[in-house]
Amino acid sequence: MTTRIQNPEELLKKYEEYKDLVEVRADLDYSGDQMFILVCGGTGCVSSKSLNIVENFNKLIKEHGMEGKVHASITGCFGFCEKGPIVKVFPENVFYVQVTPDDAKEIFEQHIIGGEVVDRLLYVEPITQKSMHDSLEMPFYKQQMRIALRHCGLIDPEIIEEYIGVGGYQSLAKVITQMTPEEAIDIMKQSGLGGRGGAGFSTGRKWEFGRMYKSDRKYVICNADEGDPGAFMDRSIMEGDAHTVIEGMAIAAYCIGADQGYVYIRAEYPLAVKRLQIAIDEARELGLLGKNILGTDFSFDVDVRLGAGAFVCGEETALIQSIQGNRGEPTTKPPFPAEKGLWQQPTIVNNVETLANVPVIFEKGAEWFAQIGTEKSKGTKVFALAGKVNNVGLVEVPMGTTLRELIFEIGGGVRGGGKFKAAQSGGPSGGCIPEQFLDTPIDYQSLGQIGSMMGSGGMIVMSDSDCMVNIARFYLEFIVEESCGRCVPCRVGTKRMFEILTDITKGKGTPEMLAELQSLAETIQDTALCGLGQTAPNPVLSTLKYFMDEYEEHVYNKRCPSGVCTDLLTYEIIPEKCIGCTACARACPVSCIAGAPKQVHVIDQEKCIKCGNCLAKCRFGAVIRK
Amino acid sequence: MTEQKNPCCTGSNPGYAELDTYIDALKIDPRDPERKEMLIMTLHKAQSIFGYLPSEVQKYVANKFSIPHADVSGVISFYNYFHTTPKGKTNISICMGTACYVNGSDKILQDFEKALGIKSGGVTEDGRFSIESLRCVGACGLAPVVLINDHVYGKVKQGQAEKIIEQYLIEFGEEVEVQ
Repeated sequence: MTTRIQNPEELLKKYEEYKDLVEVRADLDYSGDQMFILVCGGTGCVSSKSLNIVENFNKLIKEHGMEGKVHASITGCFGFCEKGPIVKVFPENVFYVQVTPDDAKEIFEQHIIGGEVVDRLLYVEPITQKSMHDSLEMPFYKQQMRIALRHCGLIDPEIIEEYIGVGGYQSLAKVITQMTPEEAIDIMKQSGLGGRGGAGFSTGRKWEFGRMYKSDRKYVICNADEGDPGAFMDRSIMEGDAHTVIEGMAIAAYCIGADQGYVYIRAEYPLAVKRLQIAIDEARELGLLGKNILGTDFSFDVDVRLGAGAFVCGEETALIQSIQGNRGEPTTKPPFPAEKGLWQQPTIVNNVETLANVPVIFEKGAEWFAQIGTEKSKGTKVFALAGKVNNVGLVEVPMGTTLRELIFEIGGGVRGGGKFKAAQSGGPSGGCIPEQFLDTPIDYQSLGQIGSMMGSGGMIVMSDSDCMVNIARFYLEFIVEESCGRCVPCRVGTKRMFEILTDITKGKGTPEMLAELQSLAETIQDTALCGLGQTAPNPVLSTLKYFMDEYEEHVYNKRCPSGVCTDLLTYEIIPEKCIGCTACARACPVSCIAGAPKQVHVIDQEKCIKCGNCLAKCRFGAVIRK
Repeated sequence: MTEQKNPCCTGSNPGYAELDTYIDALKIDPRDPERKEMLIMTLHKAQSIFGYLPSEVQKYVANKFSIPHADVSGVISFYNYFHTTPKGKTNISICMGTACYVNGSDKILQDFEKALGIKSGGVTEDGRFSIESLRCVGACGLAPVVLINDHVYGKVKQGQAEKIIEQYLIEFGEEVEVQ
């Protein structure tokens, strides 16, 4: 039975006690006889049966009577989702990729017992064809700097002792026993940490506002409503290191004078919800949440509130409405939540990644944090790298890293040998960044200047087989579905933009439409009520700016250069190349290809639905797409 | 909203007892202006019990919270996660997040629509299957992703729809109730 930790000294004692648990994994010169097998327990790897891998390891440990010497457990996301499920063995620090539950036996017998690395399961560097066992040598990890993700892939997120063993909750202890709220806010301001939800507003200043307004009830909300399609940074942090978020919230609460916190999290993230709830329960049990934390006057508790699938609830005022049990419609600012938020009381809303940075700042100091990054953007940023890129995954890099480094060095370049066309950052609120800006350092300011935004960290890579008009249409479709309908510019304007874009992709575009798109986009930017509407035109504006040639091809020549917009495509058979094998005719779902065996075949353009089956089936290069 | 006549939610369904236990623990004070705080959590609970939120359940919840039915219905219609009609026993969701989309998930959706003869958002006449598109499950490393009930199928290619459905049914059969 666990008992409450009464004071900072007891917490320190616990740290000494649990330190050994994780030392094996952090210390490369470890000489003891303990072995740890860590298996990625993030959503991606769990989908590929990683929990069965742990199960199998534990069975093997039991069978061989090696309990107490060999330990197998889950851990947070290693980030290299492309090669998942990932298994790491300590102290040798061997990194296995694409492991199946059946592979557990081989790893156990050959490596754990026999002491020999299983070469077959190592990562092979695609260029040199060299297999590597140390993750730090891989191009994917070499340039990364993991601060927010520091414990992902290191500790078991469902065991609080492991978090305490890496120094967890020491920052909270330091803040509430040795600092005044004002001193702590000053440190936050000096660190230069900006809101990782997208806008980059100084976290320290936000807290200062929260402190300034007087009330006997104040709230801290963690915004975990990560709705951007293709973004999974916050989810991974909560799945892999929920305690750090709770600790960050508690520090924030102390600074502004709040005693209640909420984590507003997407219902679509069941694993993150589960881990978060486990962490909250554990922290309460040890007295790290609740009344009189660590024997001080400071009391603070956290509850989970589920979202219900509304993208707009990522906007702070809409989120607050949702916690109050209403439709998640945003309200006008000012008053800002720091003045009148939840139940009209002072409230600060911080994003998950922002909060995950807080304990480190108090552990290592504001100066340490402020020296990472660029002049105006401090620290690191986590990106969910996805789309047409070789190394899909979660990466954390210092601010100021260039897009080229991110996509080509860490990401390993464009998948399938395609040519890079654009990177889309910031989800439906961001823009498409073309090739000419690949050397732009990533920070809040420079991404804004080139018409995109940092956003929460989604980074989708697109190749020459992606049509930018269609991508703009895709994002607008998302916005139309997710617009809450409260203000006219967003409700009607985005719908109209979507209709225009649909027309263009169907070959019904006119030159006037391009001007109309531009003017609608600018109007919505200026007049929409909340952040969702104001940023909704960004995908269109940025593609109009950098990919006008593609729009013009669609409008003037009724052609889709990337071969995506089906209505603008025609499939034809080159008579000289056709040998009459009938493969295309048999693959055609609408039977619109005529021709006898060994005779030249012909496509009936009237009936053709442009599915592309014939092109895929033809082995003689006789079918072409125009 | 049309009235749902479904035996699952009428009269003495034991689900109500479970819902009652949950709501009673909240100790809702009908005079508390902040009593709606747990409304969305309660609707999640109700949907997990009944599989969907027909107007009967909505009224029941409204009554417990001492708020108008319109309030409850308004919240449900706002959030995508809540639905007022039942899904098929085997629900197929195709991820339409950006990463899946640029990897061709729209074509995968068409495949499944063709295989089952229904459109996204629809349910087959016998109630066995339904298809929907969803926004990002966050398994972008496996794009394009298809979920059948809770089971994830990654890196799906065109032309695999029938095979995946078959494989699912062989492995898991038809699950009794889907949320």
